[in-house]
Amino acid sequence: MAQDVLAALAGNIWKISVEVGDAVEEDDEIFVVEALKMEIPVYAPCDGTISEIKVKKGDAVEEDEVLAIID
Amino acid sequence: MAIFEHMGVYAVTPGMVVMWLIGLTLLYLAISKKFEPLLLLPIGFGILIANLPLTSLMEPGEGLIWRFYHYGIEWEVIPPLIFLGLGALTDFGPLLSQPRLIFLGAAAQAGVYITFFAATYFGFTLQEAASIGIIGGADGPTTIFLTAKLAPHLLGACAVAAYSYMALVPIIQPPIMRALTTQNERRIHMKKGRKISSREKLFFPIAATVIIILLVPASAPLISMFMLGNLFREAKVVERLTDAAQNALLNIVTIFLGVSVGATMNSESFLRTDVIFIFFLGLFAFMVGTATGVLLAKIMNLFTSDKINPLIGGAGVSAVPMAARVVQKLGAEADKKNNLLMFAMGPNIAGVIGTVIAAGIFLTLLR
Repeated sequence: MAQDVLAALAGNIWKISVEVGDAVEEDDEIFVVEALKMEIPVYAPCDGTISEIKVKKGDAVEEDEVLAIID
Repeated sequence: MAIFEHMGVYAVTPGMVVMWLIGLTLLYLAISKKFEPLLLLPIGFGILIANLPLTSLMEPGEGLIWRFYHYGIEWEVIPPLIFLGLGALTDFGPLLSQPRLIFLGAAAQAGVYITFFAATYFGFTLQEAASIGIIGGADGPTTIFLTAKLAPHLLGACAVAAYSYMALVPIIQPPIMRALTTQNERRIHMKKGRKISSREKLFFPIAATVIIILLVPASAPLISMFMLGNLFREAKVVERLTDAAQNALLNIVTIFLGVSVGATMNSESFLRTDVIFIFFLGLFAFMVGTATGVLLAKIMNLFTSDKINPLIGGAGVSAVPMAARVVQKLGAEADKKNNLLMFAMGPNIAGVIGTVIAAGIFLTLLR
């Protein structure tokens, strides 16, 4: 069952810590978003495999935007 | 020979040397430690040049730096222009999304008022005490605006105290915020407020200007410029003006502000026991404001099921966005998946308006 990885808040993609195909566990760091000059990690909501990454480093993202999909 | 008689070397006093050391210390803190460099570098240098003898830089009517000070600060032009730039940088979304957070911004102003009373107890006049109290608003331009009107002889000390403590917010606030909250409270995840449309963000600065100025007319110079800047931003049709306000204007005015404020700090006005009290009271103001913000959040939680994480109350001390970052960090320490940053921006920005209103009230009563 696919789950979306959502942006916790609006900001810019600072770092992408995984690649498509990586196995991840719940609470692994998937992205780091920069907002107000702070680095804010985005964690995996569940166990699974990264099936899609929708953003690249430097992209501006909105709150709740889908950043990646975990199967 | 005349040229040797006019050399400044002979006119140096010990007081001047002490002020040079203070100026150099601020330069060190700004450049090496990155302590609020945008303000403390020009202030530090302003102190240095104003304490070199026989320059007439601060000579009333003639001096270069006197002119910056007189036309920029005494005429109350610079602080409102800074607010124009700040308004253009501010997003009221987080505050409009949860309007009850205004109360947290207001609560933190208690630090201003309590410090005002404490300062009168220590023998300062009402006008001086107000200028010292407003340091607790954590707002440089408002501090300068008020102090230049009510207690200009304290301008340098109050400004340096305000900017120094704003830089020290990550050290001053956390112990207080931890002491007043339980681990469970710090773990509270807040529910997102509603999404604010661009139309609401457009009407807000207009409405806020009218309402606030009708209530506290003395706050008009600062509030009108703040909201005008915000209107530039939200109208989205004057991007050139928004860009100028956010960047060129803000930077240029900051230069004049820093140098002028630093240049008011000569040995006569700064090397007095008063100044030590000002620094202690300023710190006290920050600490009390942090505490009252957090405590009001805890009290509000007794009356609502939609819990507020009390940490965000600390962001009512409107060092934008330093205090909000402190909240994010403390929240993430308690629960790494908790992102309080944007929630904290609500009280953070409300606090700016709260401080301006406090300054307006002081001006109205004490001029």
